[in-house]
Amino acid sequence: MMDLRTTYLGLELEHPLMPGASPLVDDLDTVRRLEDAGAAAIVMHSLFEEQISREVERRHEHLEAHEHVFAEALSYFPAPDEYALGPDRYLEQVRLVKDAVSVPVIGSLNGTSPEGWLNYARLIEQAGADAIELNFYYVATDPEETATQVEDRLVEIVGHVRHRVRVPIAVKLSPFFTSLPHLARRLADAGADGLVLFNRFYQPDIDPEMLEAVPHLHFSTSDELLLRVRWLAILSGRVRTSLAATGGVHTGLDALKAVMAGAHAVQLVAALLQRGPAHLAAVRRDLSHWLEEREYESLRQAQGSMSLERSPDPEAFERGNYMRALQSWKPRVRAGS
Amino acid sequence: MARRWITVDGNEATALVAHRTNDVIAIYPITPSSTMGELADEWSAKGRQNIWGQVPTIVEMQSEGGVAGAVHGALQAGSLTTTFTASQGLLLMVPNLYKIAGELTPFAMHVSARTIATHALSIFGDHSDVMACRQTGVALLASASVQQAHDFALIAQAATLESRVPFLHFFDGFRTSHEIAKIEALEDDDLRALLPESLVGGHRRRALTPDAPVIRGTAQNPDVFFQAREACNPFYAACPEVVQRAMDAFAARVGRSYRLFEYHGHPEAERVVVLMGSGAETAADTAAALARTGERVGVVAVRLYRPFAIEAFVRALPPTTRAIAVLDRTKEPGAIGDPLYLDVVAALEEARATGLAPATFTPAVIGGRYGLASKEFTPAMARAVFDALTDPASRRRFTVGIVDDVTHQSLPVDEDFDLDRTRAGAVRAVFFGLGSDGTVGANKNSIKIIGEETDLHAQGYFVYDSKKSGAVTISHLRFGPEPIRAPYLVRRASFVACHQFDFLDRYDVVELAEPGAVLLLNAPFAPDRVWDELPLEVQEQILEKQLECYTIDAYQVARDAGMGSRINTIMQTCFFAISGVLPREEAIARIKQAIRKTYGRRGEHVVEANFAAVDQTLAHLHRLTPPGTTTTSRRRPPLVAPAAPDFVQRVTATMLANHGDRLPVSAFPVDGTWPVGTAKWEKRNIATEIPVWDEALCIQCNKCAMVCPHAAIRAKVYPADGLDGRPETFKAVDWKGGEFKGLKYTIQVAPEDCTGCTLCAMVCPAKDKGNPKHRALDMHTQRPLRDAERENFDFFLGLPEVDRAAVKPDIKSVQLLEPLFEFSGACAGCGETPYLKLLTQLFGDRALIANATGCSSIYGGNLPTTPYAANRDGRGPAWSNSLFEDNAEFGLGIRLAVDQHRDQAQALVRRLAARGAIGGELADAILDADQAGEAGVIAQRARVEALRRAIGGGAEDEERQRLWTLADYLVRKSVWIVGGDGWAYDIGYGGLDHVLSLGRDVNILVLDTEVYSNTGGQQSKATPMAAAAKFAAAGKAVGKKDLGLMATAYGHVYVAQIAFGAKDAQTVKAFQEAEAYPGTSLLIAYSHCIAHGYDLARGLEQQKGAVDSGHWPLFRFDPRRTDAGEPAMVLDSGPPRTPLGSYARQEARYRMVEQAYPERFRALLAEAERDAKARYAQYAALAAKPEAKGDRS
Repeated sequence: MMDLRTTYLGLELEHPLMPGASPLVDDLDTVRRLEDAGAAAIVMHSLFEEQISREVERRHEHLEAHEHVFAEALSYFPAPDEYALGPDRYLEQVRLVKDAVSVPVIGSLNGTSPEGWLNYARLIEQAGADAIELNFYYVATDPEETATQVEDRLVEIVGHVRHRVRVPIAVKLSPFFTSLPHLARRLADAGADGLVLFNRFYQPDIDPEMLEAVPHLHFSTSDELLLRVRWLAILSGRVRTSLAATGGVHTGLDALKAVMAGAHAVQLVAALLQRGPAHLAAVRRDLSHWLEEREYESLRQAQGSMSLERSPDPEAFERGNYMRALQSWKPRVRAGS
Repeated sequence: MARRWITVDGNEATALVAHRTNDVIAIYPITPSSTMGELADEWSAKGRQNIWGQVPTIVEMQSEGGVAGAVHGALQAGSLTTTFTASQGLLLMVPNLYKIAGELTPFAMHVSARTIATHALSIFGDHSDVMACRQTGVALLASASVQQAHDFALIAQAATLESRVPFLHFFDGFRTSHEIAKIEALEDDDLRALLPESLVGGHRRRALTPDAPVIRGTAQNPDVFFQAREACNPFYAACPEVVQRAMDAFAARVGRSYRLFEYHGHPEAERVVVLMGSGAETAADTAAALARTGERVGVVAVRLYRPFAIEAFVRALPPTTRAIAVLDRTKEPGAIGDPLYLDVVAALEEARATGLAPATFTPAVIGGRYGLASKEFTPAMARAVFDALTDPASRRRFTVGIVDDVTHQSLPVDEDFDLDRTRAGAVRAVFFGLGSDGTVGANKNSIKIIGEETDLHAQGYFVYDSKKSGAVTISHLRFGPEPIRAPYLVRRASFVACHQFDFLDRYDVVELAEPGAVLLLNAPFAPDRVWDELPLEVQEQILEKQLECYTIDAYQVARDAGMGSRINTIMQTCFFAISGVLPREEAIARIKQAIRKTYGRRGEHVVEANFAAVDQTLAHLHRLTPPGTTTTSRRRPPLVAPAAPDFVQRVTATMLANHGDRLPVSAFPVDGTWPVGTAKWEKRNIATEIPVWDEALCIQCNKCAMVCPHAAIRAKVYPADGLDGRPETFKAVDWKGGEFKGLKYTIQVAPEDCTGCTLCAMVCPAKDKGNPKHRALDMHTQRPLRDAERENFDFFLGLPEVDRAAVKPDIKSVQLLEPLFEFSGACAGCGETPYLKLLTQLFGDRALIANATGCSSIYGGNLPTTPYAANRDGRGPAWSNSLFEDNAEFGLGIRLAVDQHRDQAQALVRRLAARGAIGGELADAILDADQAGEAGVIAQRARVEALRRAIGGGAEDEERQRLWTLADYLVRKSVWIVGGDGWAYDIGYGGLDHVLSLGRDVNILVLDTEVYSNTGGQQSKATPMAAAAKFAAAGKAVGKKDLGLMATAYGHVYVAQIAFGAKDAQTVKAFQEAEAYPGTSLLIAYSHCIAHGYDLARGLEQQKGAVDSGHWPLFRFDPRRTDAGEPAMVLDSGPPRTPLGSYARQEARYRMVEQAYPERFRALLAEAERDAKARYAQYAALAAKPEAKGDRS
C-alpha cells in the first residue's frame, strides 16, 4: 500500500484528499459516508458573514418587526428563541460532525470585513474544529478602493482570527491578486498556517429577455485545475505555509498534479457532488496506483516535485510559457484555403 | 418559603398554574386568551412536566365547540383537563358546560373575560361572556389582578376537585390578561400541597372504564328527570365552604388571604360598592383613599360569584351600610337590572327572610354599569359612584365612564380626582411608539429588569392600534416601592416619551404629562433645531407645564451603531438615564445584562451592536432648554380634510385623535350601522417611499394596480378634455389599447394612503432598456412628493370613471374599474386584500359581502375607519360580519333574502303589468333580462329606473309601494361569502360544506394564508406539511386539507384555486366565472402573509414559487363544461417543475423547522413533495378528456 501520508496545517493526515467546503457536510449521513470513503479530513460548509449579520437583520425585519404590534397577535411564530437560526445552528453542526467522525474537522468562515463576525472563529474552535479555513471571497467593485487596501484588510482579518484561536488557520484565496507570492508571505506573517487555492467565483449569467442577472452555478471541470497547478507550483517552497488545491480536482491524476505542484491537501467538491461521497475512495485508489506503478516511495516524494523551484522547466510556469505557447500555435485551417 | 418574583401577564400567570395541574389541555385560539394555550403548547413541546411528572397533552381543535367536546371526554375518562377561552368561544362551550356540571365533574377552566359581539365585535374585556354561563351550573370565580389570576388558578383546581362542581375561573380580558405585573410565583410544592392525592384520586376513580363499567348520559323521562336534577343540590350548597377552605389552606401556606366576598374600606362604612374583577382593585383603592379623609365608604369585592353564598356576602357588609351600588361589567337589555345587581337585591331579601341579617338591615341598592369592552374604570369614576350613593334614590340605574346624553343615565365624573399622584416615589411613564420600532418589546424588557432584579414593583399595560400597518403603540408603565393597584391607564405621567416625531402632529402626546414631568423626544434634527420643529400646541404645553425636555436622534445613533432602524434599546437607555428609576450606572449594566440574555443566542454581533448603541446613546442625549416663549405659528394639522362629511368630522376624527372616550351616546348609530368609505379620510402617511410613474416607459399592463393591497395605485382612462386644469405635475399619456382609442391614461399613486410595500414596483415589467434598474415604477422618498401627489390624486379622483360596459374582461382592462375597497388597515404588502379589491372592482356595485371574523373582518370593519366604499352613484359593497363560525350560513341567508326580494319584485311586476300599471314591453324586458354580464346589469338598472318612473314613488297602491321598495332587487345581486382558512377549513367547515351542498347562487372566497393570521399564526388544517406554526412548532406533520378537491366531489360546485401573484389572468377569469356561475362557487385564494416570515415585497415571487413547485396548483372546476362533454376540471398550471424546497426555504415558517430539526424537515419536505406530485397527477386525471382515457383502455 502506497504511503500517501501528508502534513497539512500541522495535521498529520493519511492522505491529502478531503471534501472541500460545500453543502455535502450538512447531512450527517453524508459526512459518515465521506469518512467511510476515506476522507482524510472534513471541511465544513462555510458560515457566511452575512449569515451572522444579515440573518439577524432579516429576522428582525420579517419576524420581530411584526411582534407587539397588534392586540390580537403579539407574535406570529412559535417561541422563536427556541430556534437556533444561522450561526448557532452552524456551531451545533460542527459539534455533531466532530462527534460523528474521527478525522480532523476544519471549520470554514466566509467573509470580507474585519468585524464582529470573526468572533465565530473562536466559537467554531470551541465547538471542536481542529482548524479554521477562512474564505476571503471578495469582489472588488469600488473604484476608490486600492489593491493595497484589499490586501491590508485580508491581512487584518487573518491577524484578528489568529488572535482569537489557537488552532491552525488556512486562508482560501481567489486568484485575482497582483502579487500572490508577496501576499502569501504577508499572510504567513499574520499567522496563516495554510493557503487554499482557489475560490471559484460564481459568475452571474444574463437573461437578455428579462433584463435580469441570473445567479449561475456550474460545477468545476479538470480544466480549471491548471490555474491552481501554476500557482501552487509558484508558491511551493517559497512560503512557509501549507498549501491546498481546490477547484478542478476530479480524478486521481488531477490530484497527483496538484500534489506535484506542491499541494499538501487536495479538496474535492464538484466531483463528490456529482458522483457521490464514494468517489473520494476511487480518486485515492487511482492516486495510489499511479504512484505504485511508477515505484514512488511515498506521496511525499512527489510532493512539490513540479514546483517552480524544482521543476526541470520552471519557465513553463512563468512568462516564458506564454511565449512558447504562442509560438507553437498554428491555425489548423488557413484562411481562404 | 422564599418564592421567586416574576413579571408576567395575567395569561401567563394563569397558564403557569394550569399547565402544572392538568393532564390534558384542549385549546382553540381566541383573543385575548390565545396566549394561555400557546404557552401551554410551548411548555409541553419543551417537555415541561406537571406536578405529577407527566407532560400535559395539548390538542388544538377545530373550534371551541370541539374543544368542549374533547374536554368533556377527557374529564369523563378521568383526566385532569382544562382549557382557555373567551367571548364567542365560551359561548360555543356552553352546551358542554351544562353536561360537565350536570355530571358533577371536577374541571377548572380559565377565561380571559371578553365582550360578546352585539352591535359590534370587540376583542376587549367585560363580563358579558361569563355572565352567559351563570345558568349552566359552573362555579364562577373572579380574580382581579395578575397575582390573583395566578393564585385563583390553583384555588379553582383545588375547589373543583373537592366540591365536584366545575369551575370557570375568569379575569378581565386585556386589563388583567395582558397587564404585566410583578407577582410572587407559586412553587410546585405549593401546588402539591393544595392538590393532595386524596382529591385527585376521587376524580380518577369516577372515570369511565370498562374495568368497572357504568353508563352516563342517559335519556330521562318526565317521571324522573326533575328529581334527578335536584340530586346535585348538596354539592352546590357545600361548594362555597369548600372554596373558602381552599382559600384558607392557600393563605396558611402562601400567606395571601382571600375571602368569598372581601371587604375593603372604612370599618363603619355607610356607602358600599359591590363589584368583581379588576374594577374591584380600583374601587378598593379609591375607598381606602376616601376613608383616609373620613368618608365612610367601602367596597365588597366578589370573588366567588356562583354559587352565590348569601351568608358570606351579608357578613362582608359592614352593619352600618346604608346604601349599596352594585356595578356590573355587562349589559342585559330589558332586564330589571344587570345580573350582579339582581343577585345582591335578592341576597339581601333572602338574608333578612332567613335571619342571616336583621329585618332592620335595609340598605338602598342601586345598580350601575361600567367598563364595557375595556372602557376605563378609574378612581375618579369609582368616586363618582360613591358620590351617587349619597342620594341613591335619584340614581337607581346609572352608567359610569361614558357620557350618556340620550337616556341621561351616566354619572358626572370629576376627572381631576386621581390617586396616582398620592403614591410617593412612583414613576408613571407613557411611551408613544410605532409597532415596528420595538417600543413595546423594550418596555416589557424594562419591566423585567426592574421587576425581577430590584425590590421595586412594576406594572405595564399596552394599548395597540386597530391598524396592522404603520400601527401606533402606547405603553403605560408604573414603577414604585409599593405594590401597584392601578388597573387603569396612566393619565398623569411623570415621564412621556415620543419615539416618533411625526406623532406630535397627530396626537396630543404632551397632554398626559403632569406639570414638571419629563418629555423625551426622538427627533431627526440637531438639538438646536428641535424646538422650532414642534407644533405650536406642543410648545405651549411644554412652557405651561414647565416640562423637562430631552431630545435624541435615535435613528442616527442606531444607524451608527449598526442597528439599522432599531431604536428600542436606545430609547430604553434614555428612559433609564433620565427617569432615575435606577441609578444610571446600575441601569446601564442591567440593560446590557438583559441584552446579553435576549440577544445572546443571536450571536456576538448583535450583542455588540446593542452595546455600542447603549454606549453611544448618552453622548447623543441632549437636554432641551426651551426659550421662554413659543417660536412657531405652525399648528397641528387637522386629522381629516375639511371636505370630509359631518359624521367623519364629528365622530371619526375624534376617534382618530385617540379621544373616542369623549364621544357621547348621541354621537353613535343605535344599531351598529356605519357609513362606508371612511378610510379615505384618514391620511396616515406611513410610507417612507412611494412609487413614481414613468409614463414614457410604462407599457400600460396595469399589473401595479392589480397587486396593490391598499388600492393606493390606480389606473384610469378618460377623455383628453378631462385634463383641463390639471395640476402641474399630473402625468398623462395616450392609451395604447384599441378599445379606448383616443382616451388618455394615467397611473396615479395615493401618496398618503400608500404603505410603501413596493409590490407595485416589484411587479412592474417595464424596464428601461439602457438602464434596467429603472422601471416604469420606481420607489422614491415620499416626503418631497407628498404635497404634489396629494393634489394629483385628488385631481385623478375627479376624472370620470371608465364606461363599465365597455371594459373587456381581461386583467389589463378590469384594473381600469374603480376599486370600492381602499386604504384598509391590512399589513403592508398583504396578500389577501388584492383579491377583495378585485372583487369590488368587478362586482362591488351590486355585491353583498358576508365576512367571517378574522383578518379580513378586522381590516374590513375595525373602527375608526373602514375601507369598503361607494361609487359616485352611491352604490358599493354592503358588508357585514356575523361571527367566525357561521359565515357560510350567514351569507346563504343573505342570498335567500335577496332571492325572495327578487321573486316578490318579479311577481309584482307581473301583477302590475297584468293590471296595466306597467307597460307589458317593459315588464317583459325586466323579467327576461340577461344579466350575465356587466352590460346586461347596466341595462337592467336603466329598466328599473323606467319602472320606478312608471309606478311612481308616492303611490297609495300597496303593490306599487311594495314594488318601489323591492325594485332594485330586479337587478342581479352578487352575494359573496368571504373568510380565511381558519373559518373555511376549521371552525366554519361544517356550515361551508352544507352551503356547498345546497347549490344556491353564492360565491365563496377563501383567503388562504395557511394559518390563523389574525390571532397570531396558529396552525389550521390549511397549514402545509413541514411548515412551523403555533401548535406545530416542529413543523406540521400532516398535509394540508384539499378543500378544493373535496368541494369538486359534489359535482355541482364551481371551484377554482387561484394565486394572483402567479397567474393574475387566471385569477380574474376565475372571479368572473364564479360570479357568472348560477350555483355555488368556491375560490381558494393563495394569500401570502407576514405569518410566513419573509419580506412581503417578495410575495409575488413566492406565489410563483408555490405554483411552480406544485404546492399550489392552479385550476378551475366548472360543472358547466360537462354539458359540452368536456371535463369540468381545467388545470391552469403545469406539473411541479421546481423543487418544493426552493420555494419553502424562502420562508421562515419552513426555515425555522429546517434549522431546528433538520432531519425531520428533510423527511417532511420529501413527503410533501411526493404529495404535491400525487395531487397534481390526481388533478390531471380529472382534467383528462374522456377520449384520452378511452385511448388508454
